[in-house]
Amino acid sequence: MSAQVEPPILSLQGVIKRFGGLTAVDQVSFDVPKGQVFALIGPNGAGKTTLFNCITGMHIPTAGRVVFENRDIAGTKPYRTAQLGIARTFQNIRLFEYMSALDNVKVGEHVRMKAKLWDAIFRTPFARREEREVSERAMEYLRFVGIERHADNYARNLAYGQQRRLEIARALATEPHLLLLDEPAAGFTPQEKVELMALVDKIISRGITVFLIEHDMKVVMEVSQRIVVLDHGEKIAEGPPTEVRNNPRVIEAYLGKSA
Amino acid sequence: MIRARQFLRENARNPNAIAYAVMGVGALAFPAVIQFANNGNGDYLVSLAADSGVYVLLAIGLNVVVGFAGLLDLGYAAFFAIGSYTYGMLASEQLISSPIHHAVHIPFWIALLIGMFVAAGAGALLGAPTLRLRGDYLAIVTLGFGEIVPVFFRNMRAWTSGVNGISALDVPTLPFWITGPWANAQLGIEHNFRFVSFNPTAWYVLVVILISLSVIGVNNLYRSRLGRAWMAVREDETAAAAMGVNTVNTKLLAFAIGASFSGFAGAFYGAKLSLVSPDSFGFIVSITILSMVVLGGMGNIPGAMIGALLLYSILYYFLPAAPAQASALAHSVGMDWLNQSSPNGWPGISEFIHRLQFIMFGLILVGIMLLRPQGLLPSRLRAQELKRGVHDESAVVTA
Repeated sequence: MSAQVEPPILSLQGVIKRFGGLTAVDQVSFDVPKGQVFALIGPNGAGKTTLFNCITGMHIPTAGRVVFENRDIAGTKPYRTAQLGIARTFQNIRLFEYMSALDNVKVGEHVRMKAKLWDAIFRTPFARREEREVSERAMEYLRFVGIERHADNYARNLAYGQQRRLEIARALATEPHLLLLDEPAAGFTPQEKVELMALVDKIISRGITVFLIEHDMKVVMEVSQRIVVLDHGEKIAEGPPTEVRNNPRVIEAYLGKSA
Repeated sequence: MIRARQFLRENARNPNAIAYAVMGVGALAFPAVIQFANNGNGDYLVSLAADSGVYVLLAIGLNVVVGFAGLLDLGYAAFFAIGSYTYGMLASEQLISSPIHHAVHIPFWIALLIGMFVAAGAGALLGAPTLRLRGDYLAIVTLGFGEIVPVFFRNMRAWTSGVNGISALDVPTLPFWITGPWANAQLGIEHNFRFVSFNPTAWYVLVVILISLSVIGVNNLYRSRLGRAWMAVREDETAAAAMGVNTVNTKLLAFAIGASFSGFAGAFYGAKLSLVSPDSFGFIVSITILSMVVLGGMGNIPGAMIGALLLYSILYYFLPAAPAQASALAHSVGMDWLNQSSPNGWPGISEFIHRLQFIMFGLILVGIMLLRPQGLLPSRLRAQELKRGVHDESAVVTA
């Protein structure tokens, strides 16, 4: 592991999110170091996905700062955060169901494309060349996650595991610096979980920081270098996996107080 | 040669390619065939075909909004009105009586582009405040817009002559024009050609060219970055935004580009009819265009075109002709008593059929949608969607 001299890629500082009277995220602060796998865990309803939404701009934090690559992005529109280099997958898969797998990935590349309206209407040589490059790159992403055989199938016709992979491919196509995975292993067989972990390693080796929410402790402990635990919207622990696993507050949050 | 053969083989089973080929050949052959079949008296039918081209253009435009981007627009005729009125004001004596006291006569070819941009601008203007709405809510707002625009033109009396509308619009001109037997004339070149109502072939050719250009443009858009963004927004707006698609701009462009075709169509319509009146752009026009798109196959360009041609021919050719046909049929099978009106309330078959026109139209629509809910020529996508049941619309309300 490299020494942490670099500034964190993402830094949350006192983030609060309230929905009316309900405080979903309460004063959460932590740093996500660059080039690692960072995990966010917590029982159901702890505010994990809400926090993801605050980072990607789907929610505007009630208070606090979200600093991504030295820039406060709290309240930035989702498409802007994608442009800046944050990509995400969704807890309940949200693919473009009636588009082919390849087209799904191409939508991911949208944000890096430069063809203007003019190019599109007249199909200029520039637009043709860009389209060709985008198709080739999209195929590469499908190959990267191992579903290139299904390029022409509708996203909705893929098997569950393939859909999760396609979502990751689509997110990677936006060329992110930070990839947020919302429960990527949910519903996976043990075999699929092993494959997912290998995929996460491959993503890391591309220099992309991975920040994931996961329920499966085995996956989290194995794959991540650092973990934050959320309960009722509050951060209750942070540290390397071994430390977090033995933290009494974490055990209490998951298993309840011993009588 | 080999490439041509390969091209043929690749497209021989592609319904869209076949549809384009049939429509292309049909469009080229139509005037000559009609004139020949009617012994040179086919001008009316050629003129009707040119009018149907207006609806084909409108269907192509609405298909961008509804079919590609999934934005239900119930007020599309508003943009049609804006295109027509733009041409009406810029190419007639109308503005003499307006506060600027000066007639404007912009050549048709330039006014066509102006109409296009004005309609596109109106599309963006309508879109800007409403595109936060989704689904049904958007439909209601567009419905309102569709009602407001004709009323607006009716009330702007100083500029638009109110209910009387604008008449005596300029016709397009060309330096020269080739006439021939297909237009019921000697082959030859006509100089300083003016498009006049008694030469429908010229209008027909013009609208076919406009449609061809539109189809090429829309097809290119469909296969472009923007086309994919439209579909992504239609499928899942939230996910599209998370992938970096600026959903607001994408939807605005769908509205603006969709509207620009009706600007096109409006200018052509005004010039050919030489009259623009606020009554021509009511709710029924919006609904008719929407029916054309849905009936033809939403999201598929040749589908929308076929839907437009079919509905137009039913509405403006078969139904108006039906009473006379029925009466002739009764006569030829020896049931002439059907043609007599009788004191017990029977109005005679032709009047009877005439009164049934809209029931028949409705039944035809219901019949087609029952037999082919995905449309006559659906996109690959829509066909699947209907076979498997529409996916959930639960995300509709979450803003």
